[in-house]
Amino acid sequence: MDLSLFEKRSDYEWEIPRQGAMRVPAVIYASESLVRDMDRKVVEQAVNVAALPGIVKASYAMPDAHWGYGFPIGGVAAFDPEEGGVVSAGGVGFDISCGVRCLHTGLHRDDIMKVQQPLAHELSRAIPAGIGSTGEIRLGDKEMDAMLAGGAAWAVQRGWGEAADLERIEEHGQMKHAKPGNVSAQAKRRQRDEMGTLGSGNHYLEIQEVTEVFDARIAAAYGLARGDIVLMIHCGSRGLGHQIGTEYLKRMAVTAAQHGIHLPDRELACAPINSDVGQEYLGAMRAAINCALANRQILTHLVREVFRRMLPQARLPLLYDVSHNTCKVEEHRVDGGTRKLYVHRKGATRAFGPGHPDVPAAFRDAGQPVLIGGSMGTGSYVLAGTKQSEALAFSSACHGAGRAMSRHQALKTWQGRKVVDDLAARGILVKSPSMRGVAEEAPEAYKDVSAVVDAAHAAGLARKVARVEPLVCIKG
Amino acid sequence: MTQVKARWEHYEHGADIGVRGFGASKAEAFEQAALALTAVITDPAAVRPLERIALACEAPDDELLLAEWLNALVYEMATRRMLFSRFAVRLEGTRLAGEAWGETVDAARHHPAVEVKGATYTTLRVAPEGEGWLAQTVVDV
Repeated sequence: MDLSLFEKRSDYEWEIPRQGAMRVPAVIYASESLVRDMDRKVVEQAVNVAALPGIVKASYAMPDAHWGYGFPIGGVAAFDPEEGGVVSAGGVGFDISCGVRCLHTGLHRDDIMKVQQPLAHELSRAIPAGIGSTGEIRLGDKEMDAMLAGGAAWAVQRGWGEAADLERIEEHGQMKHAKPGNVSAQAKRRQRDEMGTLGSGNHYLEIQEVTEVFDARIAAAYGLARGDIVLMIHCGSRGLGHQIGTEYLKRMAVTAAQHGIHLPDRELACAPINSDVGQEYLGAMRAAINCALANRQILTHLVREVFRRMLPQARLPLLYDVSHNTCKVEEHRVDGGTRKLYVHRKGATRAFGPGHPDVPAAFRDAGQPVLIGGSMGTGSYVLAGTKQSEALAFSSACHGAGRAMSRHQALKTWQGRKVVDDLAARGILVKSPSMRGVAEEAPEAYKDVSAVVDAAHAAGLARKVARVEPLVCIKG
Repeated sequence: MTQVKARWEHYEHGADIGVRGFGASKAEAFEQAALALTAVITDPAAVRPLERIALACEAPDDELLLAEWLNALVYEMATRRMLFSRFAVRLEGTRLAGEAWGETVDAARHHPAVEVKGATYTTLRVAPEGEGWLAQTVVDV
């Protein structure tokens, strides 16, 4: 991208000043080389978001930003309902509350490598993944509504997990003010067979080794040390979230003009927070957040069952669970005052700093764990929220590597079997029902996650704590 | 007048994929866009048209109707665990009556690559193209 578009505020902050229809500036946090490589569409979309009613301070893009739907993926924007602020289905995304959860295991590399093959096999049998797969849990109408209201807390009540898990999940595992009645029969039908399934695409479950610790104090607070084995799960609200996103995108596109909202592009579809459509969406979207939290909780239970059989000495307590496609009501400091804002994070992770009351007591001095998923051949990161992130981007950070190459191009470039063999030669065991899916997800099709994380760290959005590398990867 | 050849193609979108159908009529372009949708997931030639389902949808204009049509197919694929390889579309104003023929997903035979979450409005376009029609949008995977 052409750097002359920006006013450079620092080595990691690039601003498009307010102009034309923009109500606020657009700000990208990234290194010069990441900005150069970014699609120009990121700027177009960040600028469009800056023109939406009620936006506060700025339209932000994280270091992993790429071309999304209306909002850039890696976009953060906060809206004030008292100033006509909006909520946007596209600003949350189709996979509502897609996120990452990390479990400790108390194990080390040798423990895993002794059983790497059979463990991967058992995990791939226990975790339904890929198209056409179904979970074993079937929810009737009443239980579906209980799940949509209760989230991970509902799952724990039903025996899928431990009460201690809940304090290690955003919103304590249960998004309040969810309205299961706002979720259509179609969305519930789409979810009926999908509880406890991983999905496909970039969703995965990985067993990983902590290979590097950058901040010993925070790593100790998180219970991480070099050589530890952890397990990460990346997935979201499955068919239910996708259907809610689809339905409300249309409703918001069709009703925008009635609300006096001019959309430069229909994909920016949104509704005033204080409108019927806006409120209905928020109730449905929160129910989808609960669906995602319940889903990751059930997957956690399935994983623990496998470990209980294969590695009975292991205990798998939850380190933390983050969601990176959400709209949440949060209090933030703006111009010396505190305001209640609707913060959209589309492909961006909440990153509350030390002392924030919503950070679990065990981590309060360290800041919230920020879990960044990489590609299956590279690595992932654990970061920590910082104090300054509040002022930079409403306490937000990146969410992953971001694609560098389209699926189309990846499929032309790699063969799935070869990708699996190459990773096996490096000690990484990949299990997937689809070799084409593996080719599309080849590690080289992604940007360098380390460059993204380094930029987030240098910009002050979050602090690097540890790097983890995969030993086993279950792909959808 | 040269006959417009019905065909489909994919086009690039950073993280996801665009589906584009061409046809002699708008309805045929919609059918071809549906084939492109299947091709995101698997090779349409591997999907046998064994079972027929009927769909109906409605939207205020052609473009939203294309998104509705593709989303109706996404819904049917997800809830019936099916893939489709043959389509018939009839358009009457802002209403669409469609049929799709396909079969239950067989992971061993179809090697489905990725699940489509929904049709977006990104690059959404339904317009005359040469002697025929074009229908396209990006789908989220």
